[in-house]
Amino acid sequence: METTANHHADLHRDDEASKIGMWLFIFTEILLFGGLFIVYSVYRFRNPVAFHIAHEELSITMGLINTIILLISSATVAISISAIQKNDKKMTLIMLGLTLLLALTFLVNKYFEWGAKFEHGMYPGSELMKMLSNGDMLFFSLYFFMTGLHGIHIIVGMILLAVSFFQVKSGKIHSTRFFLLENSGLYWHLVDLIWIFLFPLFYLIH
Amino acid sequence: MVENTEHKHEPNFLEYRGKYTGLMGWLTSTDHKRIGLMYFYAMMTFFLSGVVMGLLMKLELISPGEQIMGAQTYNGLFTVHGLTMIFLFVIPGVAAVFGNLFMPIMIGAKDVSFPRLNLFSWYLYMIGAMVVLASQFMGDGPPDTGWTFYAPYSLKTQTNVVAAVTGAFILGFSSILTGLNFIVTMHRLRAPGMGWMRMPLFCWTLYGTGWIQLLATPVVGITFLMVIAERTLGIGFFDPAIGGDPILYQHLFWIYSHPAVYIMILPAMGVITEIVITFSRKTVFGYTAMVISSMAIAFVGYFVWGHHMYTSGMSTTARWVFSFITFLVAIPSAIKVFNWTATLYKGSINLQTPFYWAMGFIFVFMIGGFSGLVLGSLATDIHVHDTAFVVAHFHYIVFGGTGFAFFAALHYWYPKMYGKLYNGKIANIGLVIFFIGFNTLYFPMFILGLMGMPRRYYDYLEQFHSLNIVSTVGSWIMATGLIIVIVNLLRAKKGSGKEVDDPWEGRTLEWTISSPPILENFEEIPVVDHEPYDYK
Repeated sequence: METTANHHADLHRDDEASKIGMWLFIFTEILLFGGLFIVYSVYRFRNPVAFHIAHEELSITMGLINTIILLISSATVAISISAIQKNDKKMTLIMLGLTLLLALTFLVNKYFEWGAKFEHGMYPGSELMKMLSNGDMLFFSLYFFMTGLHGIHIIVGMILLAVSFFQVKSGKIHSTRFFLLENSGLYWHLVDLIWIFLFPLFYLIH
Repeated sequence: MVENTEHKHEPNFLEYRGKYTGLMGWLTSTDHKRIGLMYFYAMMTFFLSGVVMGLLMKLELISPGEQIMGAQTYNGLFTVHGLTMIFLFVIPGVAAVFGNLFMPIMIGAKDVSFPRLNLFSWYLYMIGAMVVLASQFMGDGPPDTGWTFYAPYSLKTQTNVVAAVTGAFILGFSSILTGLNFIVTMHRLRAPGMGWMRMPLFCWTLYGTGWIQLLATPVVGITFLMVIAERTLGIGFFDPAIGGDPILYQHLFWIYSHPAVYIMILPAMGVITEIVITFSRKTVFGYTAMVISSMAIAFVGYFVWGHHMYTSGMSTTARWVFSFITFLVAIPSAIKVFNWTATLYKGSINLQTPFYWAMGFIFVFMIGGFSGLVLGSLATDIHVHDTAFVVAHFHYIVFGGTGFAFFAALHYWYPKMYGKLYNGKIANIGLVIFFIGFNTLYFPMFILGLMGMPRRYYDYLEQFHSLNIVSTVGSWIMATGLIIVIVNLLRAKKGSGKEVDDPWEGRTLEWTISSPPILENFEEIPVVDHEPYDYK
């Protein structure tokens, strides 16, 4: 009996199904952050002044740079997907590599941004946090929680893109079989999209 | 059938050998039927331990004052009983076990769309379950918040809330992935000729359930993450002492946990529909209405969460709106009950164990449903909120609904699952005892609630004594019935040919194949050229 339990998974490949699956997963991610956006709006509504004052502690420049970085990375990953369909392996790899590099830059920026706060004694559970007024405390709680969770998503996205990178390199992903790359790309756009909402909510409010 | 004699020797899904044999052959299997059975074994274990906890609590309540446990133990016990029964049994329950086992067969597919993801969901379920159960033994004692983890108490108590919440988060993830898998499977893998409106109704309920799992679970997921962050990192979201809002927690919690009730009940309704049709030997009354009502329950059920919070502090307008929408859900639910009845009308009814379970379901589900209307209307809810009435209501719905349907499904598909036949007579006796015990256990709690006995206390006033004795005795009767039912199933004997392949003369695709099914269900993917229930 040659048939094994694992073997039929590959026999019945269905790229369309994978894509639907990814879209459904993206819905769940949006709702995950949706819960946070609700919490944010409620507390923002209740503490408008505190939120405004607290947001001035954040550097708009840093946020803007990171926004631009993510927007470009979304473009590069999109180019890599159209490149693989045209069988342009080299271009695909360059664009994927560039995406990964941009993602890393985003994280480095984030590291410096958070690092500066930590140096001032501003981190979850710190003495300074406890001394803040309720509104400020909620603002920074949400800031650390939401950008932190987004950071985790960046890392997950990078892992997906890195796996795709190596599979393109080894020829496992090619012009007629690229659903993993496409799904990683979709996921990356989601990560980008969430940041597009986080940026104005935390950096640009007034 | 003549040339198929060789196929008779093809190993079925219980026997075949893959890369690994024995236990590893199961733990690494991506076969939807094996995964379904693995869910089943795990779930029965958790269910029975939950039953034991319930029995202990009823024993404590046999008289006022401390009987066998103190307040803190009781608080831990009702929390863990709730967590086990809700998150480990009834939410995944029918969908994960019978959905996995039979949905792909009923739509004429070889497996789900993502078999490996399916196995991964099972592992997530097991890890989540272990973490939830570990919360009982690790740290500073079992959580005592109730399964709802209401803030701010869940943020303040010294007990092991973080582990329990983490476990619930992981279980939610597992649930999401199962729902996703089922939705994609039904979109992509229906057999040729099986249009959407030819899909068996059980599959339709799983489809609705899948969407609720996808769209509601993430909200509670993020809420649980916030509770964890608040407890471990000290960043505040829900503690009023630092400006947080505990009511907001309740909203976020119930945005998931009310739709979760429909995750429990929709597949159960699907099972009952299949059974009613098969044992009436008549096509379903109002197929389209059944489909629409399933989707309507899934959709409307999303907007009624506020009815858990009538006394928490919401504006009158909000309460009025939530109450109104709550009453709307009664419409599609009633459509289902009417259609079951209409299906029975002039059918040639075949009185067998699964059918009796289904009738039991309809009976207790109606009591649960009507008492739900009492809770759904504002004025009466204020009177019975947080009393034993509520406990009776949701046990009638959750245990009486999903639990009865689970056992109905088990008796219906048991021959298909194992190729074995159980003793119908003993099964019926077990059911009758179970049914009597169930009502003796829970019905007095309606009266106790109306008299004003609060829920979640290990002690009570003398005036509630006599009805509590009745209720406790009921719990023993029910346990006896349960033991008879389970032992009878364990003693089932091997059968062969039609007596196990198609014992009830069902019309859905799972009855066209051998029992137990072979590895990929069908020797050839069937072509469907008729409606799902084409009884002449």
